[in-house]
Amino acid sequence: MTIEPAIALAPAERAVNLIGSDLTEKSLKLHLDGLSGVDAVGLEQRAAGLGTRSIKTTSKAWALDTIIKLIDLTTLEGADTPGKVRSLAAKAVLPDPSDASTPRVAAVCVYGDMVPYAADALGSAWSNGADNGINVAAVATAFPSGRSSLPIKIMDTKEAVANGADEIDMVIDRGAFLSGRYGIVFDQIVAVKEACRRENGTYAHLKVILETGELNTYDNVRKASWLAILAGGDFIKTSTGKVAPAATLPVTLLMLEVVRDWHLLTGEKIGVKPAGGIRTSKDAIKYLVTVAETVGEEWLQPHLFRFGASSLLNDVLLQRQKLTTGHYSGPDYVTID
Amino acid sequence: MTENDKALSVKAPSFLDYAPAPESTSVLHLKKHYGLFIDGEFVDGRGDAFTTISPATEKEIASISNANNADVDVAVAAARKAYDRTWSKLSGADRGKYLFRIARLVQERARELAVAESLDNGKPIKESRDVDIPLVAAWFFYYAGWADKLDYAGLGPNPQSLGVAAQVIPWNFPLLMLAWKIAPALAAGNTVVIKPAETTPLSAMIFAEILQQADLPKGVVNIITGAGDTGQALVNHPDVNKVAFTGSTGVGRAIAKSIAGSGKKVTLELGGKNANIVFDDAPMDQAIEGIVNGIFFNQGHVCCAGSRLLVQENVHDEVVDRLKARLSTLRMGDPLDKNTDIGAINSKAQLDRIRELSNVGEAEGAERWTADCAIPENGFWFAPTIFTNVSTSSRIAREEVFGPVLSVLTFRTPAEAIAKANNTPYGLSAGIWSEKGSRVLAVADKLRAGVIWANTFNRFDPASPFGGYKESGYGREGGRHGLAAYLESAGWAAPAVTKGGKK
Repeated sequence: MTIEPAIALAPAERAVNLIGSDLTEKSLKLHLDGLSGVDAVGLEQRAAGLGTRSIKTTSKAWALDTIIKLIDLTTLEGADTPGKVRSLAAKAVLPDPSDASTPRVAAVCVYGDMVPYAADALGSAWSNGADNGINVAAVATAFPSGRSSLPIKIMDTKEAVANGADEIDMVIDRGAFLSGRYGIVFDQIVAVKEACRRENGTYAHLKVILETGELNTYDNVRKASWLAILAGGDFIKTSTGKVAPAATLPVTLLMLEVVRDWHLLTGEKIGVKPAGGIRTSKDAIKYLVTVAETVGEEWLQPHLFRFGASSLLNDVLLQRQKLTTGHYSGPDYVTID
Repeated sequence: MTENDKALSVKAPSFLDYAPAPESTSVLHLKKHYGLFIDGEFVDGRGDAFTTISPATEKEIASISNANNADVDVAVAAARKAYDRTWSKLSGADRGKYLFRIARLVQERARELAVAESLDNGKPIKESRDVDIPLVAAWFFYYAGWADKLDYAGLGPNPQSLGVAAQVIPWNFPLLMLAWKIAPALAAGNTVVIKPAETTPLSAMIFAEILQQADLPKGVVNIITGAGDTGQALVNHPDVNKVAFTGSTGVGRAIAKSIAGSGKKVTLELGGKNANIVFDDAPMDQAIEGIVNGIFFNQGHVCCAGSRLLVQENVHDEVVDRLKARLSTLRMGDPLDKNTDIGAINSKAQLDRIRELSNVGEAEGAERWTADCAIPENGFWFAPTIFTNVSTSSRIAREEVFGPVLSVLTFRTPAEAIAKANNTPYGLSAGIWSEKGSRVLAVADKLRAGVIWANTFNRFDPASPFGGYKESGYGREGGRHGLAAYLESAGWAAPAVTKGGKK
């Protein structure tokens, strides 16, 4: 495959600042290829080591509440109905009806056409672009495969934003990435970012899904993370949840390392969202530990870290009930959605 | 202090100040006093008993018998009798059964052994639980498998055991070093008298209980406790056929001298000042982890620790900055807390030596950086420390510190890295960090060290031989090579030279 050195890329601010104003597919590729490699064995060993931290008593109580505050409560099924989305939104507002001290989740994450129902159901709890309240996140850009043309992806995004989505979860073109056409992936992210612009000039937050399960190597995950950040992503997200493996601890650790390096380099803070496959409190706590010990505790806030999950919330609620009452209840003491 | 002052002095709650998660000591059923384990029974030593303390609190754990020369005689006699009457007569398969049984019992009592090890040695429970004890079991399982396959050990058909092995082990991995010594010795058909270090006898005492549980024939393993003089009496005992020692180069040299000409077979596992070489194309995040694991694992009390960091000049600053950031996240404190990364220094004497050498480093002009750790009031502690601007002639670049102290040096070319790495009287281990396979192989080929790790550090496996070049000792432990230290080939005796025979 040859790369035309002359193919200029959209002049995304971060990339121009880092790589230079003569931004081309070639210069982007040179930058990504120059990143330090990842040793898979060492990365997995480190992740396993972080997973052995023992989080007890007060730390555990704090961790459970924090997990809830960081959840993007998600339903992404072909069979989703307005009713299902309403029920999800109700749960986002009041996760545990038996305990009013339970915090609210960060966002509900739905398909674009479900955004109005979600916003409506959240009612006064909806943030609607403000800093407090529950956000509505919409997956867009021909989620989950990303296999459609750029105009369609842009329309998909614009519609979701117009419907009130506070956050857009886009997918990258993995086919283009794997065949080395980093420029296509880059330009698409830049274009989708622009489509996130609201009429008042503000932007919906952009999460860029790398679909790490299809990228095959950790080196690719690192490259894609840099690419997504350079193109303007506010968040980098592991997976759609439709491909196995979805989020894993080593992959998330690696993405956090990129975010840490970006912060050291520019002072700018990028968010990370592992999504799919995190079902238990025990697993989620491992992620909190990994965040705190890699980028710092400061990242444990909804604008810098999220869990994309659906069944995780119920397990956290059960654990939370156990901490307050001293004994385990059962699945019938948390609501299904 | 008023209530108000107290409130002010309390730090804002932080998730990273993980709530205490101490491993329970209720699994331990320690005796107040431990005797010598001779001929299958605990007997009192004739020397003055000593106490073993927890280096994290300086609290006494138990009183331990001290073996004098007469006790050494009794122990060696017991081992000789067991060798002559029982152990050398058993088939390899039967010896293997005992070793398998020991391995399984170690696994069953793993938690208890890990707690005892951390209590007595000061190492963090996560290391004794996840590294030391699993490796102990692995060593016995591995050599259990060899016991009936000695014909394939590479020493020709029907290799012969040596007899009684005298073994003296250090305090840094008390039970693991015991396993490294006992497992191959028994598999090969020898009997053993072993002396654990005087600061860390506890896990060996529990191991003695395991041997009783396993019904190992009396006298096959004898464990005697005491200080240097006990060890000296043991290795110099005339009825010993084999000496195996792990410890300092000074003592190793003295042992080699004192047994020279006695016909005893000897293996020595001594000190090291090992190079960890980081090239500019290294996988950087993993290299940082590897450097940390190389020198701060087990408080740096590791003979194969990567204590000399050789960094390619163009990435020196980046590596040092990242290393400092990473070290700042290490947790020092109660060895029994499951979240502790750095435990206590094993003894006051060792702490003094680490302090002395660090002060020398500073005096010699190296730049010292120490992680900001709260040092507990009691016990022996030394915060992770790195020295930069270290010259090759500096004592901290040449002498083994045996503590959490890293000396950072630079190099420009692979040739310079190899020359600097080899420029030491030792030669135990080395590490190479590079994404380029051909470079790793080319450099490894030229390093004079017994163990070389590529893109990792301080990994151990019973199947892999371990040992040193030069002043790091001789002989190999582990793997098939480890058997050779406890066997003699039967059929390979050189043909006698007859008069007038052809040359």
